[in-house]
Amino acid sequence: MERHFQRELESIKTTLIKMGSVVEENFAFAIQAVLEYNNSLAQHVIDTDNRVDSLEIEIDNAVIDLLALQQPVASDLRFIIAAQKINNDLERIGDHAVNIAESALTLLRYKKPESLLEIPKMSAATKLMLRHALDSFILLDPNMARSVLETDDQIDELNRTMVTEVIDLLKSEKRFVETDLELIRISRNLERVADMTTNIAEEVIFHTQARVVKHHAEEK
Amino acid sequence: MTETLQVPSISSESFETDTKLEAKDVNAFFGKTQALRNVSLRIQKNHVVAIIGPSGCGKSTFLRCLNRMHEVAGGTMTGTILLDGEDIHQNDPVNLRRRVGMVFQKPNPFPTMSIFDNVAAGIRLNGMAHKNHIAETVERSLQQAALWNEVKDSLSKSGMSISGGQQQRLCIARALAVNPEVLLMDEPASALDPISTAKIEELIYELKKDYTIVIVTHNMQQAARVSDQTAFFYLGELIEYDITKKIFTMPSIKQTEDYVTGRFG
Repeated sequence: MERHFQRELESIKTTLIKMGSVVEENFAFAIQAVLEYNNSLAQHVIDTDNRVDSLEIEIDNAVIDLLALQQPVASDLRFIIAAQKINNDLERIGDHAVNIAESALTLLRYKKPESLLEIPKMSAATKLMLRHALDSFILLDPNMARSVLETDDQIDELNRTMVTEVIDLLKSEKRFVETDLELIRISRNLERVADMTTNIAEEVIFHTQARVVKHHAEEK
Repeated sequence: MTETLQVPSISSESFETDTKLEAKDVNAFFGKTQALRNVSLRIQKNHVVAIIGPSGCGKSTFLRCLNRMHEVAGGTMTGTILLDGEDIHQNDPVNLRRRVGMVFQKPNPFPTMSIFDNVAAGIRLNGMAHKNHIAETVERSLQQAALWNEVKDSLSKSGMSISGGQQQRLCIARALAVNPEVLLMDEPASALDPISTAKIEELIYELKKDYTIVIVTHNMQQAARVSDQTAFFYLGELIEYDITKKIFTMPSIKQTEDYVTGRFG
């Protein structure tokens, strides 16, 4: 007889996967809106963020239920804790996707920049990180999760490069400052998405291997 | 977006219309000793209600009042208990106890009877003695008690030949065989090991689809796991009665909070 508790755990996982799917799609749309200067895609991301918020609250309530009423232990407890944190990270990624979409709308109001500098490269790398982090959660694959951790430094470096390039451009020639600031804003939001995605990967490792790897704990 | 914790409360319309059992101002006495004081609550059909509280708070007394078993121990009560809106004191107590069955803390299969005869005993006593009917009912009851697969090849063996957990499920099957509407369970798993306890709890979760269940338990975590509503008793009084999630996440009364958090009792 399968315990109904196991079914409730599965239900949380299913809802979290659904939320991941919505967030991943919104993030992809937000990036596409920037790269293609697409007004309707940007607006779609902004309009659907409340769905992400609703899923976050639904998962929060389910987690509280299980903790209060079922007293999970061992891997079930680790899963619940990881699910709670992943839930929070996904909601914040959703917020950053909205920020990127709002930047896309702002860019549309001004003259198109000649180049998006590191944005395309950062976007592609971050999108792949998010895909791998979500896959590692679905497949319970700590090795895939670890590969995500290794990519975060690359995104941080691209962000720093981005800021330096924009500053240099602003110093050297007459630039449209509003556009350049928006590029820095997009870069910063991409960097934060990479950080949240790294958190998700860390939680997968905690759930599957009971190892705490945040703050480079494994290296110490 | 901001939203408060979604915890429903017990005072809703659907609760009032689906009442299976209702206690109104129940006071119970053993001689001059008052065991219950002005207890009123409603038990919804096909729900599991857990009764918790420290030792001596009146949990088992209240449970036994629900099918007049308190009278067997010489107890008396005032107030009213309604089953489907009818006063249980207007009914034949034997018929009442068929409709409102009971499972006790210590498994108590009839020691001289086989597994089959243990389940069939109630059917025979109630005059439902057609041979085919008995066999079908025994199998159905053992299936419902999640025991059939474990004993189907040894039905003629003594009811005492199986493990403690199996004996308790046998007692549940025995109670189910006479088609009750309500099952009263007085600490049904307290004498069992953790695996058997988990099986009983899962069984309760399945049984509520067909029955209304009231369970007394001194194990708060068990109450949290199995019940829809929880009633907290203290010194014979009903202190708080609400949706189980509310009792264990944000109880309204400080005494309840102190009890469920282990600060007393």
